[in-house]
Parts: sequence; C-alpha cells; structure tokens
Amino acid sequence: MRVKLEVNGVTHEREVEPRTLLVYFLREELGLTGTNVGCDTTSCGACTVLMDGESVKSCTVLAAQADGRSITTIEGLAEGEELHPMQRAFREHHGLQCGYCTPGMVMAAVSLVTESPDLDETHVREGLEGNLCRCTGYHNIVAAVLDAARSSREGAW
Amino acid sequence: MIPASFDYVRPGSLDEAVSALAEHGDEAKLLAGGHSLLPLMKLRLATPSVLVDIGRLGELSYVNDAGDHLAIGALTRHHDLHHDPVAMHHAPLLSFVAGRIGDPQVRHRGTIGGSIAHADPASDLPAAVLALGGTLVARGPGGDREIPADRFFQGFLESALTPEEVLTEIRVPKATAGHAYQKFVRRAQDWAIVGSVVARVDGRVGVALVNVGPTPVRADAVETALAGGASAAEAAELAAEGLEPPADNNATPEFRRHLARVLTARALAEAGL
Amino acid sequence: MSILGNRVLRKEDPKFLTTGGTYVDDLPLEGAAHVVYVRSPMAHARIRSIDTSEAVSAPGVVAVYTGDDVDLEPMPPGAPFANPAMVRPWLAKGVVRFVGDMVAAVVAETREQAVDASELVFVDYEPLAVVIDPEAAVDNETFVHEEAGTNVVFRIPEDFVSVGMAPPEAATEPPGLFEGCDVVVRQRIVNQRVAPCPLEVRAAASLWEGDHLTHWTTTQAPHAVRGSLAQTFGVGEEQVRAIAPDVGGGFGAKIGGYPEELLVPWIARRLDRPARWVETRSESMLSLGHGRAQIQHAELGGTRDGRLIAYKLGVIQDSGAYPGFGAFLPTMTQMMLTGVYDITKVFFTDISVATNTNPTVAYRGAGRPEATAAIERMVDIFAAEIGMDPAEVRRKNMVGNDRFPFTTPTGTTYDVGNYEATLDRVLEAAGYAELRAEQRRRRGAGGPKQLGIGLSSYVEITNGIPGSEFGSVEVLADGRARVRTGTSPHGQGHVTAWSQLVADQLGIAIEDVEVLHGDTDLVPRGVGTFGSKSLQSGGVAVFQAAEQVVDKARKLAADLLEANPNDIELDKTNRRFHVAGTPSASKTWVELAQASGDEGLSAEVDFAAPGPTFPFGSHLVVAEVDTETGGVVLERIVAVDDAGRLINPLIAEGQVHGGLAQGAAQALMEEMCYDDQGNPVTANLADYEFVSAAELPSFETYSMETPTPINPLGAKGIGESGTIGSTPAVQNAVCDALLALGVRHVDMPTSPIRVWRAIEAAKGKK
Repeated sequence: MRVKLEVNGVTHEREVEPRTLLVYFLREELGLTGTNVGCDTTSCGACTVLMDGESVKSCTVLAAQADGRSITTIEGLAEGEELHPMQRAFREHHGLQCGYCTPGMVMAAVSLVTESPDLDETHVREGLEGNLCRCTGYHNIVAAVLDAARSSREGAW
Repeated sequence: MIPASFDYVRPGSLDEAVSALAEHGDEAKLLAGGHSLLPLMKLRLATPSVLVDIGRLGELSYVNDAGDHLAIGALTRHHDLHHDPVAMHHAPLLSFVAGRIGDPQVRHRGTIGGSIAHADPASDLPAAVLALGGTLVARGPGGDREIPADRFFQGFLESALTPEEVLTEIRVPKATAGHAYQKFVRRAQDWAIVGSVVARVDGRVGVALVNVGPTPVRADAVETALAGGASAAEAAELAAEGLEPPADNNATPEFRRHLARVLTARALAEAGL
Repeated sequence: MSILGNRVLRKEDPKFLTTGGTYVDDLPLEGAAHVVYVRSPMAHARIRSIDTSEAVSAPGVVAVYTGDDVDLEPMPPGAPFANPAMVRPWLAKGVVRFVGDMVAAVVAETREQAVDASELVFVDYEPLAVVIDPEAAVDNETFVHEEAGTNVVFRIPEDFVSVGMAPPEAATEPPGLFEGCDVVVRQRIVNQRVAPCPLEVRAAASLWEGDHLTHWTTTQAPHAVRGSLAQTFGVGEEQVRAIAPDVGGGFGAKIGGYPEELLVPWIARRLDRPARWVETRSESMLSLGHGRAQIQHAELGGTRDGRLIAYKLGVIQDSGAYPGFGAFLPTMTQMMLTGVYDITKVFFTDISVATNTNPTVAYRGAGRPEATAAIERMVDIFAAEIGMDPAEVRRKNMVGNDRFPFTTPTGTTYDVGNYEATLDRVLEAAGYAELRAEQRRRRGAGGPKQLGIGLSSYVEITNGIPGSEFGSVEVLADGRARVRTGTSPHGQGHVTAWSQLVADQLGIAIEDVEVLHGDTDLVPRGVGTFGSKSLQSGGVAVFQAAEQVVDKARKLAADLLEANPNDIELDKTNRRFHVAGTPSASKTWVELAQASGDEGLSAEVDFAAPGPTFPFGSHLVVAEVDTETGGVVLERIVAVDDAGRLINPLIAEGQVHGGLAQGAAQALMEEMCYDDQGNPVTANLADYEFVSAAELPSFETYSMETPTPINPLGAKGIGESGTIGSTPAVQNAVCDALLALGVRHVDMPTSPIRVWRAIEAAKGKK
C-alpha cells in the first residue's frame, strides 16, 4: 500500500507492506536510525517519536496508521545547529550514557513538557514511566526535564 | 517484533466498517488505536488476515453531555478522556482512570472503545464502566444495539460483540458523588495486579475489580452489603467473595483475594464512604 | 589549573542527542542477508527431527542451517576447569538444554522474510526430565549433560585445591570455626537470577572480503571478539577487523562471544555475501546471559557486645545449561567474602551447577554484589538478634584506617580505605537519629505504612583481572592529539575523560583531543571495558602515554632551541614549550609535531597495574512498606562512595546513579523466573520488572576521594559500586520495616507477595 508521511518537515511517499511498523518505516525506508528499538512489548519507549506533536511508540503504530500524519524524530528536533532546549538540558545534566534510550526519552520528555510545562518531580517521573533507561538511574534525566520545563515556562521554547 | 502479513482496509465511515467486518468475518480484526491488538500481533499471538482500521473515523471521537448520562465515542483516546472538561465534570472516575492507563504514549493512541472491546480483565476502563453501570452501544449489520456493561464481558478477552459489530459508544450515568480507583502495581506502566473501582451513582455504590478473574467483575457482595447498611469496612471484607483469581508471577489467588479486600476498603474510604 | 576533577560536559553527547548513536543495527550493509535463529520452546528435550523443507522454500529464504551443517570446531569451553562434556554446540545437536537454545538459523533476503520462515521450521521434540532448581541439581539423577554424568561444574575449595589454586588446608572447614561466639545467626539467602537488559539487544554484521573479515558487533571487548573469530575461522588476527560501534549498554553481559554472534560470519562465508543478525528483546531475555543466581547458606557468629568473630558462606551457583563465566562468579564472592569487616575466622564453599536454564554471566558487580548482599544482610540479622543498632555493629567491626594494606582471611589485599568515615557521613547526611525516631513513632502508631531504614557498607574489587591495557597518544601535525584506547566504552564517557587526561598533560583544548576506540584496525591491542577497570588501566595508559609525549616534545624543543631539556618548560596556558625564564624562545605543538619527522610525536603504553583497587562506601535507604499490600516505596537513597581520585565527577556520579538504580531494582523489582518445567515467565519487558523512573527517588550522593597508591592517577573504578552498595541497603530497609512485626528476612526481590507472605508467616508464629 502507498503511504505519505511528513517526517521532520519533509513529505515522503512510499509503497509499504501493511504490516510495516512506523519505526521500521523511519529506520529502513527513510534511514532515520536515531529512533531505536529496545523491546517488542511496547514497554521501553526507545522508539518514541512525535506524531502530530504527541509522543507515540513508533513500534506500536503501523506506517499505514501514520499515513497523512506529521512525524518528528530526534533528527528533526534541533533547529539547524541550535539544540532544542530539551536536548541542551540532557547534555548539561548528563542525562545520557550509552545513548540508546536517549532519542525516545527526549521525544517523550518534549511531549510531556509541551502538554504540561508546570510540572514537578513526581509528575516528571510518572510522565516518563513508559521510557526505560538502564544507564542513568533516571536521576539526571529527571533533572534535565525539570530544567527544560523551567526554560519552557520562561518562554525559551 | 514483526507482525504476520495481513490485508489492510480503511473504511471511510462506520457503515463501511460494519460492511467490511461482515465481508471478512472471523478473519478480520478492528484496529482503533492498536494498543491492545498490535502488541499481540508483534509477538504473533494474534494473526488476523485483515485489519479494518477505523482509527480515523472522527465521528466516533467525542464526549457528549446527553442529559442524564454521558456519551463517549468509542474512538475517544485515553489522553482526551483524561483531559476532557465534560468528562472531568460529569464522570470524574472515568477521566481519572483513563489517566492511569499504561503510559503517556499509550494514552495518546489507545481508545476507550478498543480497551473495552478487548475485554482484558487486567484492563482499567472495563471495570470502571462496570462500576458505573454503563451501557455499551454497538453497530452491526442490523443497526444499533445497547448492551449493559454487566452483560458485556463474557470471558477472557471475550465480549458480547459479534464479529460483525463495532463498539461505537460508551454511556455512563453522571456520577459526581465520590469515586476512587485503587490500582495496585509494582511498576507504574504495568497492568494492575489487582484494582478496585468505586463509583457512587444516584445513591447507589458500584464496586468493580480488576484482574481477579477471567473478566472484570462487579463486587456484588460488597454492593449488596453497602445497600443493606453495612459499613464500608464490613462491606470491603466481602470483596473476594466468589472470586476465582488467576495465579501469576506477581500474585497467588489467595494474595489477590487479600488485595481485593484491602484495596476495596481503601477505595471505599477514598470515595467518602 | 588542572582540568582533572572538573565536571566537564561529555563530548559524546551532541551526536546522541541529534542524530542518535550508530549502533550495529543502524549500519547500512549493502546486500546483507538477515539471520533469524529458531529457538527451543522446551527446557530439555531430545530432537527427534527437524523439518526445514517448508522454511527453505519460503519466499526470500536463502538458506536454513541446523547443528549438523555447522562445520566449525566446537565452541571453546566457557570456563576453565569446566567439565568438557558441558561444552556448548553452535546449534543444538540432538538435545536442547534450555528454552532459547538455538536449533536452526534461517537466512533470508529481508528481516521480515526470515522471521516468517522461522515459523516454518518444524522440530519434533521428545521431552526429557528437567533440572531447574540449582540446589536439587547437585545430587540430581537427571543430568543437563548426559555425557558429563553430573551437574556439578566444580566445587570450591575441593577442585581448586586439587589444581593447586588453593592451599590444601583450605579444603576443609577450620576446626572450631564458631568457638567463642555467643551468638550464631544462620540464614538461607537467595541472590536471585536477573536479566542484565542493556537497552540495545545483541546484534552482529559480517562482511568477508576474500580471507579478510570485518565484523561489527555490540560488545564490551572487541579485541577479544577478534581473537575468538580468528580462532573460530582459522585465520590470523590480522585478517579480522572487529568493530564495536556505539554500544547501547552491556553491564557485563556483552563481554563474551555468543554463538548467535559468532555464527554470523560463518553464514556470511558460507553464502559468500554479507550477513546480519539482530535479536528481539524477547529472544534477548531468553539467551543473553543472566546474572547473579546464587543460593547462599550463611552463618555469622559473634559476641553479645557486637564483635563479629566467624563467618561461613556456602554458595550454590546456578551456571545455566552451558557453564561459562557464571560458574566462576563465586570466586569473586569468595574474594570479597568479609566485606569491610575484620572477621578473622571464615570458611567458604561453592558448588557451581548446570541447570536447564540460560547460562549465567557477569552482571554489574559479578560475584561481588553477592558477597556484599550476604554479609550485609547477615550483619543486620546479627544486630537484630543481639538487639544492637545495625550501624553500631558495622562500626565496631570495620577494618580500621591504620590496617591498610589489609589482607583478608580469604587472601585479598585491600589497598586503602576509610570505611568508618563513609558510615559516619551517610548517617549524618540521612539524619539517622531523626529517621529512627520517625520509625519509632510509626511503629507506635501502628498504621499500615511502616518505615524501614537500611544500611549497607561495602568494599569491592575493581580491575580485578590481572593484565595490561593499551593506550597511545599522538600529536598530529595540526597540533591536535589522537588517542587510541584499548578499553572500548559503551556509555562510560571515555572519550571525554581520556580527553581530559591528555588535555591536562599536553596543555591543549579538550576539543582538540580525538579518541579512537572499538575498532581493532585502529587500536592494535585492547582488553575491554568491564570490572570497573577502564580509568585505572586504559586511562592510566593514556595518561602515561601523554606524559611520554610531553617528554619527547621537551627533548625535541630542547634540540630545536639549543637548550638543555631540563630547562624546557611546558606553558600550558599558551600551549608552547619555552626555555625557562625566556618565554620568547618557544616552540608550539604544531611546530614540534612538524619537526618530529617520520618518527612523529607519539607514545604507546601498555599499563599493567600492580594490583586491583578496592572502592568502598556506605549507603542508606529509607523505604515505606505498606504492611497491608506488601508494596514498597523507596523514599530516599543516600550514598557515600569513595573511588579514589575522580577525573570527572559528573561522569562518576552518573555511574553511581545507574548503579544505585540497578541495585535497587534487584532488591525490589527484578527477577528472571522459570517455572518448574523451565519455562521462562518473565521473558519480555512487560513481564520483567525493569525499573522505571516512577519507582525511584532522586538520589542523594556524596563522594569521598581517598587516592589509591596502586596507580599514578590515584583512581579506582566506580562502575559497579552503586549496585553493590545499594542492593543490600534496599533489602535491609524492607526487612527493617518489618522487624517489629516479627519478620526476620525477606528474599529479593522484596516484592509485594513476598512481603505479605513474610508478614503472614510471622503472624502465624505469634
């Protein structure tokens, strides 16, 4: 079947098998390998991207379901050389180690803060319940998201 | 991680969806948000040969004040239900429960209709609709049919819907007198080990339990005791009556019965009883 | 001013944050065939037949291989002294021995086709009796490996005495071990099997060009992979290029070579085309090595006034179906047996056994967390028995600062420590007295939510495996420096830390240091990243190479400036060498690099530390335990860690954080479970309780820096101590909350059902 998606501002039209998952469409059809696969049970969130601005697990969305939608992946987050405030906060707070969960974690965090910029630590921890990280113990991720949320409230986004 | 091959149909309307189901029968599965079905398909625990994607039928996504009850379109996403002002006002229990499902990404995709039609006893919304005494509306080749929630959940992952029917609307009475959902989990994103839902509706108290049997269940004994004037604590002691809970890695049947009593006591207290 | 000790932001991060890392499955490999392994659904069965005919003719299928097709020498034994009859076949031959054992490899044009066809391989299994319980395995009549005639891999001390690795007197329990003890407490402790769960699962890709193999793999030790491949395929190491691109975590489980990975080049060679493989998480849960898996019988004796005298630990180590490094974990447990305490009389035994389960391997801590968990739990049980504050028992028995280097009764020599200071500091930071007061208040009030306070003081061994690590530094013609390091990172921030080391020595910018790693063509030798060894081995090698480069440059500058080398100073601010007192007579790095000719300005060092180092610390955990549901909320995790000198405290803290989370997860959440027929019941991330942010508090971490004399940086390893310290602290907190209810011990994970059962059992006793 034919699908047409806008990914990071660029429209792509491809012929795919109906069973093609969005994550494989991004990785294999478009070569956007920033989005990772970490599990097969919709648990880990490594594959999180934004669909029409909201976080979704791209391993549990068919490319067919994303037909006509707008997708943002980690590759589309920065404005040229200028890191998104969430990316900057992850760096400044050492919110990543091996980097594997990072793209999904950052996208989930962007969606979380966009929906509710006025959040506290508990809210951040619960809001990231669907994104697993094995390296950081989440401490610095939570600090980064709180910091980015602060900058969002101050109008920096 | 890769589903078995299937044909994909995207009907343009509800009636087209019903026709598609009629055409393909048992071979077809409805796809709404996909967050119950696609995980099973990725592990090849489900291998439908046709997917009928109704995810774009905007006509089925709404929360309407219908006078004495609230009418919720089956394709209303958990995220939307959680944040919907009408739902928050008239059915705060449903709104709250919708916010406890899975994780934010799941709530951005999953729908109330999908969740209820999947009829998973470990799922949150079915028990909430049961406790509220809701009604499910299905569209089939013969038109619309109303099914009381009490008769909807028939077995493990088995509902009263026929293969040709589409769940279109969930109706629940307005209930603002008090509610609670005690969801007991080890990890935030997990299914409930046991959950207890309490809804106060028109002077009646509805109590339903999550993950204590093949279907979500009404805690009849608790409700009857309360109606008969028992205290909340006394009533909660009856929460495990008649249950035959499953055993798994997190709980034995005995532990689930215990949790049903403890969580029901807490839910009743939280609901102001 | 030195840049060492500064919180330098990681150089690695911009890439990870913008395009994502480049992991094996991200690499394009033109024309590669996709490999999917067919795995056994049975824990133990004879293979009557394998029908591959339908799979072979399925769309896109290139080949299907079974055990009889693989014409390689058998895989080398996973562990020295392991019974040779317990060797693992490449693909199962005749018998499968755990759920997940590989029976066939399906190769197809696309990943989808390979997965589809893998469902068409039909295996006729004849079920055999299973061995799942490691205690029962010891004397079982059923054998995982029939040919071995036993499930015992080896026994400590007996089998170590017989090969001369332990003195004869170690063979038997010292007479009168518990003589002089007023109190002896005994406890059976399960240090449960866990799944390491690096977020990136295993993957490999292979390309033969003639007799030259390029192999991409997600590993902690690419040079070891190169060695394994050369041996397996009968080629020279120079014909093999092993590349670890970005690696999404390892935690010990990606040290060894797995048959899944090593077969990919065999398939590529057989098909004369590139081949690639990536597992699913569900496969990974079955077959990436598991960790821990010890059953311990502990006995601790001492006096009523809190002095510990004698300690005995008997371990049964579950090695899984094909014993490898997991069988050896108890040797590390033995090394660290007595922890931070001066206990003079000890006896340790181990029986490592094979079972019909996934093989066990190293996992963050690898044998040391098991030692700490046992002694720290026993100290609490002992303290409860004599009615003394557990902090006090710890304090009374810690090895004093004047005792270092300190040799323990199991023969381990601790370099340097300051144990009591970490205990003091953690108690103060946590507000111990107030916490105990709050605990008493809650106990008095009798509500369902009780407070538990858990302590753990640990010492552990890092860089524990003797050997050297490679590092080189080269100053390029443009004045930048190029580092090659044999310790290949997977999240530990080597690129930044090594840049700091070199920038500090050379007086150049951190940005001007390039660090090459993880490619055996770019780095001639290497050992890898495990056992918290990198900074104190590979880091020191780079540091010393940088020193040598500075010396060479100084001599060259002296020649060029016609001065005595002793009079040449390196002005790190202005990045040039000049004659002392005459700044104008100077040479820059660029000038020197260009003047150095063919020889270049470079140095290589293979640094072999004179011994391991022993980081230490004390952790305190506050847990709220719901005595009605058994639920536990971790309210606080306070950690004081001393890993010697810190080069980058930001990175060091990150290591501690990750360790704390993994340790807390083992204590509270995670267990890889098999049912009694050997079916895994936690075989994906929905069922396996991989901890998330929502179950953890923010951590309160404090560092102390007691430099080690073992290496010139004064640095110890920090990768595993968080896990080692936090696991018993969390378990002790849960048990502590229940102490007043009459509960003595709850095994890990301290899950709701275990907590509830323990409370019910205690009620029954009353």
